[in-house]
Parts: sequence; structure tokens; C-alpha cells
Amino acid sequence: MRVVLEMRNISKSFYGNQVLKNVNLTLHEGEVHGLVGENGAGKTTLMNILFGMPVIHSTGGFEGEILIDGERVNIDSPRKAMEYGIGMVHQEFMLIPGFTVTENIKLNREITRENILSKVFGKSLRTLDFPAMREDAKEAIGTIGMSIDELAVVAGLPVAHKQFIEIAREIDKKNLRILVLDEPTAVLSESEAERLLDIVRYLTNKGVSILFISHRLSEVLKVSDRITILRDGAVVDSGPASKFTLSEIAEKMVGRKLENLDLPPRTKELSDEDTIMSIRNLRVYMPGETVKDFSIDIRRGEILGIGGLAGHGKLGVANGIAGMYPAEGEVYLEGKPYKLNDASYALRNGVVYLSEDRRGVGLLLDESVEMNIAATAILAFGEFTRRFLFFTLYDRKKIREHAMEMIRKLDIRCKSPSQIVRRLSGGNQQKVCLARAFTLKPKILFVSEPTRGIDVGAKRLVLDYLIELNRKHGVTIVMTSSELAELRSICDRIAIVAEGRLSAVLPPTASDAEFGLAMAGELQGGTHRG
Amino acid sequence: MDKLLEWLKRVDFPTLVISLFLVALFFVAIFVEVPIPSLLSDSIRRIGMNGVLVLAMVPTIRVGVGPNFGLPVGIIGGLLGALISMQLGLSGFLGFWVAVFLSAAICVGIGLGYGWLLEKVRGQEMMVGTYMGYSIVAFMSIMWLMLPFTNPDMVWAIGGKGLRYTLTLDKYFGHVLNNFLKFKVGGVEVPTGLILFFAGACLLVYLFFRTKVGLAIDLVGQNEKYAISSGVNPKRARLVAVVLSTVIAGVGIIVYAQSYGFLQLYQAPLFMTFPAVASILIGGASIRRANIRNVVIGTVIFQTLLTISLPVLSQVTRGDVTEVMRLIVSNGMILYALTRAPREAG
Repeated sequence: MRVVLEMRNISKSFYGNQVLKNVNLTLHEGEVHGLVGENGAGKTTLMNILFGMPVIHSTGGFEGEILIDGERVNIDSPRKAMEYGIGMVHQEFMLIPGFTVTENIKLNREITRENILSKVFGKSLRTLDFPAMREDAKEAIGTIGMSIDELAVVAGLPVAHKQFIEIAREIDKKNLRILVLDEPTAVLSESEAERLLDIVRYLTNKGVSILFISHRLSEVLKVSDRITILRDGAVVDSGPASKFTLSEIAEKMVGRKLENLDLPPRTKELSDEDTIMSIRNLRVYMPGETVKDFSIDIRRGEILGIGGLAGHGKLGVANGIAGMYPAEGEVYLEGKPYKLNDASYALRNGVVYLSEDRRGVGLLLDESVEMNIAATAILAFGEFTRRFLFFTLYDRKKIREHAMEMIRKLDIRCKSPSQIVRRLSGGNQQKVCLARAFTLKPKILFVSEPTRGIDVGAKRLVLDYLIELNRKHGVTIVMTSSELAELRSICDRIAIVAEGRLSAVLPPTASDAEFGLAMAGELQGGTHRG
Repeated sequence: MDKLLEWLKRVDFPTLVISLFLVALFFVAIFVEVPIPSLLSDSIRRIGMNGVLVLAMVPTIRVGVGPNFGLPVGIIGGLLGALISMQLGLSGFLGFWVAVFLSAAICVGIGLGYGWLLEKVRGQEMMVGTYMGYSIVAFMSIMWLMLPFTNPDMVWAIGGKGLRYTLTLDKYFGHVLNNFLKFKVGGVEVPTGLILFFAGACLLVYLFFRTKVGLAIDLVGQNEKYAISSGVNPKRARLVAVVLSTVIAGVGIIVYAQSYGFLQLYQAPLFMTFPAVASILIGGASIRRANIRNVVIGTVIFQTLLTISLPVLSQVTRGDVTEVMRLIVSNGMILYALTRAPREAG
């Protein structure tokens, strides 16, 4: 078969952080090529390079070359990419909500007619030929077997329709030869996804080559002719789809050598009878991380990991319990009903939460280190206060003493306790967050992405401190993280969330394949393990 | 020298420029032989007179809704308290304190309403506050004519209905603070009571911001999400801050009126806002951060500038440029603060 597109030795760094390493990819005419990988594996960056997105060129371009029909091309803008017949359906919809379906499909490629003004002032004043545009839009929608009113305004349409309109827009481009579908089925129901796969096959019959990116591994396996697996910015394997099985893909996608931390022993063994918090049918309305139905029993004294792919709701669990986003469901803390949607109630009952958004939620960036450590404790428990006349004031001296102690204990590198937090490095900021949490004397500590954006050495310290909290102070820890290796290194068991639901509870020793399948929501009978 | 440089770096740029201008004016004053002691007396009096109104900016800035451009809302409450005290015929300190407590009570009421309104227009507080000020002043202009005040000193002499534009406070609580423990040194008159009251008000606000409620207000202003995760109800914190600001404004206008000796109704409350906002900004505050130091420094600089520029500049230039300068300084300062706001937020 003829090779339409070839990407050779593509490397790309963002601010010294290499996200792609010598990636090679070939695309044949009329084939579906599946591209799979975890979050951060480099799929999106690769596609951005192919599509000439400004984000690539504003950060210093990339290394390697792109060949179309065997000829070297320089794609430096999306417009250029379109001229070469490359179309892309983005993960986030790129539709204008207030425009009609027709206008969206024909956006920037409108059919126009001459008029007097345009003859005088040039092309941009030509009249839009609406009937012709409507015809085109109708045809494009018809091609994908949908019946959407081409004059309807996009804003009110269901998400699935928006997804199909995006595809219709690409199909309408007459020179379309390569189509990139980035997570096209993420918002679709099963039957809709089925239809989308039909469209994919129809297009390939017409000779269009498709790059298919999806987390749903079974879909990729079903529709693709060939599959390329990315991990940490490098191609780990590539070949015909028939060569792989589902669990092989999962394993290769996740596979990573285990970092072995020597975990200190516990004084008291964990027991299934001693539950500190049980969560039943939790739903959390957190945009982008919706939890649809999550139930689990958290054992007293354990370190529970919560993992899963971005956008599948793993972050929503902690946010919901802590009262940061609206939540529903039944939760029991030490056997007693626990009130959701009340951050102050959570704190007073020893449920402490460290946000994944450290700078946005977890810190007062322009306040001093000591205030960051103490403020929440002052508000929630009236700690560090003294009486003065008829006021209860916070006591600078007590705060300073406590802050000094925490700084020493956690080795927070700062000039003084009154230095503002914005000036600290990511690792030290995280330590300030941990000091704040410790000050609140938690029974259960929910900590999300504790090592995101901090360097390796500091990562280790943060994890060590979490273990110390757990072993020495008996704090039950629920750690949410995108880094599976990290979860596996310190957790007693790991709950994997997929599509807003608990997909499996796995022991840290479970195989890569099991984790990969659980993340894709395709591990059978996994919920009863661990 | 290094320390001086270090200190200069910390001083806000406009504060520095205006302070230098002020020092220059003082030198000119000596040169053109304007009596310095009387200038100083006037400055001190005006500082105490306006200080409390400037203090009203602190709570709203700290909670993150920006300077309280709806200052007239609180001022109206203060005027009502003062009017009732006059109607009751109370004089001296009794009249003053009754006015203060009445206006505080009234301001809590209208402050709650005003706070509720501001919560509805999150992000637009400064603009809505400004128009709220205009609206309430216009509305009260009608009410001053309708409210059933009957004291002959207060209503129009002819007709006997409706309040006058300017009410003399001589027989009531005019100058009670100014005259309390007043003394003179080297020709400079010090209105001790007035200064003490301003200092006391500053201390109370300072202490308030070290309580749990005050801390909650600070947290909401700095990072609302952090505040929520600390168990703070941000809506309630904003409401408390707005009410507090309104109450301080009410008390502030009474202090202002007793020092001035007159109670000014109708359009007068409109002209209090911008100077107060400008003062705190000159003192080094931004529309996101403010403390008591900014209030004191700002009031001192702004009021001294106004006091000495009038006699001094009228000696060197022809005509009165003071009013022009006051407008340039106060409006320019507000403009400066607003333009640098987005940069700070990022």
C-alpha cells in the first residue's frame, strides 16, 4: 500500500522537558492507524506537530521531518496542514456555539458570490452563498448518516451531535486525505460510538487515511489496521492490529519499572472490619472530572491509591468528599453519617484535603509560609489564638513557633517563615501544603497529585513524609495520582476509576496489563479483588 | 545608605512621587512666606476629619471586591443617624455618640442590602457600587424633603418643610472631638480628640482583621478556593466586609461633619468617594490589598497635599489651581490603580 504520511525521528521538548523522543510513524492510504498511550505519553503533542499548531512553534519548534507522499513538507500553521489535506477532530470541540450547523461546517471556507462592494474593496466583502453552503452541509451530514437540521444552532445540540458535526466539517473539506480523530468516542454512548466506527470505515473505503486516538482500547483494536503504542514520548511498539491482544496493549502502554521504596512495618495490621470511611454511590459534579458512581470502604490506617486516566473522575472523589464541588451519595465516617458539601464540617471531623491544584487552591501565594501553614487551623479550630479585650485574636508568636517547628521537620527551604510562598520552589510549596495538613491533625488525609510538578528529590521527600504520617501518626491516607508508579510504590491497594465509576481495586503488585485494562474500564470482575 | 535604598524600593511608586511633591511644596511655602504652623494645624485637622472615611475602604479591598465605591450608601446611613440625634435635640458628646450608634445600626441594615446586591454582581462591584452611590444620593434627595423632621434648625425657614442643604452643628455636636483635650504647640493646634478617635478606629479595624472573621475575609480576598477549603463561606465573608465598610463610612461622615461644623445633605455625599479611594491608593494600597498603614500614610499625604497646595500655589500662580490638582491627583490615582490591577492578579 502507498504511504501517505511519514513522520521521521520526531523529537520535541517543552522548556527542557522532553515529551517526544525519536518517534516514527507511517500512515498508509486508506488505513486506520490506532495511536494509544497514557496521559502525557505524547499523543496530543505529536498530533499538534502534524497539524502545525502554534503551541509547537511558539515553544521552539521540533526536530525531525514530516513527509507527505514521500516529499518533505514544512507544516508551520494549521492552514498549511489543511492545504495538505490533513483534517483534525479535536478532543475539545472547536465549534462556535452561537452559529448554525451550516455556518460551523463551512467556517472560513464559505462559498461566496461577487457583488458590487467586493469588486471595489476586494474578496473579503463578497456575499455568502447560503443556499450552496446549506447544500454542502446537508451532504456532509448525510455522508455520515446523521439527520441533524443543518440550520440548527450548535449551542443547544447534544454533545454527540457536536462530535458528528466536527467530523462532518472535516469530511466537507474536498481535499481531505488524512483525518486525525482525537478521542472521538469519549462523549458518545455505545450505539453512537458504533456509528462513528462505521463512519471511520466508510471514509477509509473512500481512500482517506485515519489516525485514531482513543483510550478505549477495545475500540482501537476493533477498528484499526495497525497500532502504534506510545509511552513516555517514545514508540514502544508498532505493528498490525492482529498482532496485539487487548492485555498486551494495556501492558505496553503502562509498563514501567517499579520504584521500590522500603515501607516500614505497621504496628497494627489492617483489617477489613475496621472501616474508617465508607463511600456509597458517590456522585460528584466536578467539571471535567465527573464522578458518576463510586463506592469503596476505606480501612483505618491504610494508604489507598486512586488512579485512572485524566478526565475519568479520579480527582473528583477527593474534591467531592472535601466539599469543594457539589456531591451526592451516602458516606459514613467511623460508622456515622457524614455530611457532604460542607468543607468546614469535613475539617472539623478530621477529613483533610490537599488539592491537586496546589497554586490555585492549596496555597495563598502572596501570604507568608507561616500563615499558609496556620490559617486553616485558626479558622477551623481556633488554634493559635489568644484573648485580647473582647476579641479573640490570632497569636503571631504561637504561629511562628509552630511554623518554625514544621519548617525544621519537613525541611522547607525558605529564607524565613515570613517569606511569601510564591517565591518557593514547587517542592517546597508542596511541603508547606503538607505542613498545613499536618497542623489540622487529620484522621483521613486526601491528597491529590502530591508530586505533580516537583523534582525527583523532592518527590521522594513528599512520599516519605506521607508514609511517616501514615505509620507514625496513624493517619489514613487516600492518595490520588496520575502516576501509577508512585501509587504502586506506597499504596496498600489501588482503586482505579474509569468513566466516573470504580473499575477495579488492585493490589500494588498487580500486573501492568491488569492496570492498563482497569484504566480502560475493561478488566472483568476486578472490583472484588484486593 | 543600603537600608535607605532597600526601604525606597518597598515604597509604592506613586506614594514616593507625591511625597516628593509634597516636600517640594513645603519648601516653596517657606520661600513664599506662607505661615507654616497654620498649614500644619489645618493638615492635622483634615487628616483626622477624613481618616475614618478612608478606613472604610479596607474591608472591601481585603475581601476582594475592590475599594468601596458605594461609599455614599454608608454616608447616607451616617447622615440619618446624625439627623435623628439632632431632631432629639441632643448636644455635645451625648449627641455625638447617639449619632454614632444610631448610624451604625442603620448602616448594618442598609449594608446588608448593599452586600446582597454586590453578591449578585460578582466581578462588577466597583462599577455597580459607583452607580449605587449615585442612585441612593438621588433617592435620598427626595427623601430629605419628605422625611418628617421638624426641628426648626434643620428644616427650611420658609415653609417649614424639608431639610436644608447645610445644617449647622454648633448647637449640637459640632467640634466636640476637635475640642476634646485640644492644645497648641508653637502655633500648631492639635485636635487631640479627633486624632484619638481616628487612631482608635484604626486600632479596632486592625484588631478585627486578626480575629477569625477578619482572617476569613482576608482568605476570601486572596484565594477564594483556599478559603472554601478552609471551611469559610465566602458569600458570608463578603457580606460581613461590606456591612463593616458601610458602618465605618457612616461613622466616618459623622466625624467629618462634627469637625467641619456642618452636616451636608443632598448631592454632598457624592463628593466623598473619590478622595477616599484615592487616599488609600496613594498610601500604597492596590485594589486587592490594603492595610491600616496604607490608610494612615495615604490620608496624611493626600490631605496635607490639599491643605498646603491652596495657599502655596495661589502665591506662585495666578488663580486657583488647587481644585484642578485635587481632581488630577485623585482621579489619576484611581486610574493608575485600576490599570495595574490585572497585572497584579496574574
